[in-house]
Amino acid sequence: MIDLHGYGPRLLEGAGVTLQLALLSLLLAVVLGLITAVAKMSRSWIAHRTATLYTTVIRGVPDLVLMMLLFFGGQIGVNMITDWLYYQFDIDIFININEFVAGVVTIGLIFGAYMGETFRGAFMAVDNGQIEAGKAYGMSSSLVFRRIRFPQMMRHALPGLSNNWMVLLKTTALVSVIGLADMVRVASEASKATREPFLFMMVVALIYLLIASVSEWLFARLQKRYSIGYGEED
Amino acid sequence: MESLLTWLENQLADNSIFTLQTLSHYADGLTTTVQLVFLSLIIGLIAAVPLAIGRGSRHAWIKWPIFAYTYVFRGTPLLIQLYLIYYGVVFVDGIQESWLWVILEDPFIPALIAFTLNTAAYTTEIFRGAIKSTSKGEIEAARAYGMSPGLTMRRIIIPSAFRRALPAYGNEVIFMLHASAIASVVTIMDLTGAARFVYARYYAPFEAFLFVAAIYLCLTFAILYFFRHLEKKLLAHLQPQTG
Repeated sequence: MIDLHGYGPRLLEGAGVTLQLALLSLLLAVVLGLITAVAKMSRSWIAHRTATLYTTVIRGVPDLVLMMLLFFGGQIGVNMITDWLYYQFDIDIFININEFVAGVVTIGLIFGAYMGETFRGAFMAVDNGQIEAGKAYGMSSSLVFRRIRFPQMMRHALPGLSNNWMVLLKTTALVSVIGLADMVRVASEASKATREPFLFMMVVALIYLLIASVSEWLFARLQKRYSIGYGEED
Repeated sequence: MESLLTWLENQLADNSIFTLQTLSHYADGLTTTVQLVFLSLIIGLIAAVPLAIGRGSRHAWIKWPIFAYTYVFRGTPLLIQLYLIYYGVVFVDGIQESWLWVILEDPFIPALIAFTLNTAAYTTEIFRGAIKSTSKGEIEAARAYGMSPGLTMRRIIIPSAFRRALPAYGNEVIFMLHASAIASVVTIMDLTGAARFVYARYYAPFEAFLFVAAIYLCLTFAILYFFRHLEKKLLAHLQPQTG
């Protein structure tokens, strides 16, 4: 067995942090992505422009810079708002922007922009006749969205979603830079302490590959489920 | 030039953060970022062409090692690769006393190696896809003309694959520019490094990071514009014909 110099449990804990961070960011990204996609397809000029500005700016700036802006600047910004609330309305709240929150918000924001593009393409791929049929049955537009557009959109969105998830998973490594004890942070501390960088980095790389492989398998199953009735070609 | 500098100095006199000194930090950072990204992209591109051809080889002993390389480097975070090479080099026994240390002491070289290996892996897969999607008819036509496989590769497959790979490669260039921000983690004074320095010195996160974000945004747009222009020129024959 390989000797992890007693860092094994901490590495495992770090892997847990990475996974939590990735899943929460994914959730935020999917929600933001759906909102962005709907806004981009909307006839409202303001919604369309806002969504375009959001995706353009986010995709033009490095993730690390955004993360630092949010982590170092976020607390100052939030404090300014809470201070103002306190002096104006006597509402005393304290919001702490820790590394985890900053990580989730940044990664969610970044991938929300990418997901927006994925979802928009997928929504456009849903046959218009389907939506018309739903309306002809007397469904409200929210019901059409829930029962017809969303499930059929997912079939087209899944390949892009899977790609985004793989990139998102790797992006979580950046939170180690702002100080969150994810597995990369633990491994880099262990490398410095034991002078065995190869060992620890390889272990972390293997965990990343393992998570990626498991998610690939999960996505393949999801794809199968959402392709029911479309034959085997996808 | 002299009058421009005095004008700039007067403009900057009003604020305490964007002095000529910090601006020159940003300028140095910009140079470092551009050098790092440009060099790794060029070396990665040169390495990717034979790797992509080898990736489609019929021989398992050529194909599988290349596949393993691209799988690992595309499947793990660049930060891990950077740490592995950076710390890996630092902790090799006796390296700090050897002549190699003169080159390796500067974190620029380990970062360049990590970035090059990473972009080469992605570029290999991009080319691989483009080579694979070459239409059969083109290859058959080349064979019918009596071209050898090597000549077919050089004259038919590679040139058309290059063009088809262009949009995806443009994305890779932007990805690399953004990924290069992590160079600041191993104490390189790139653009992000300059922003971190300014932040630490003045405790002004908004000024420091928003300014650098704007520079990255401009660079991204410049790359986008360049590739769009290149695509228009090189992929003109694939555009729908008008008139």
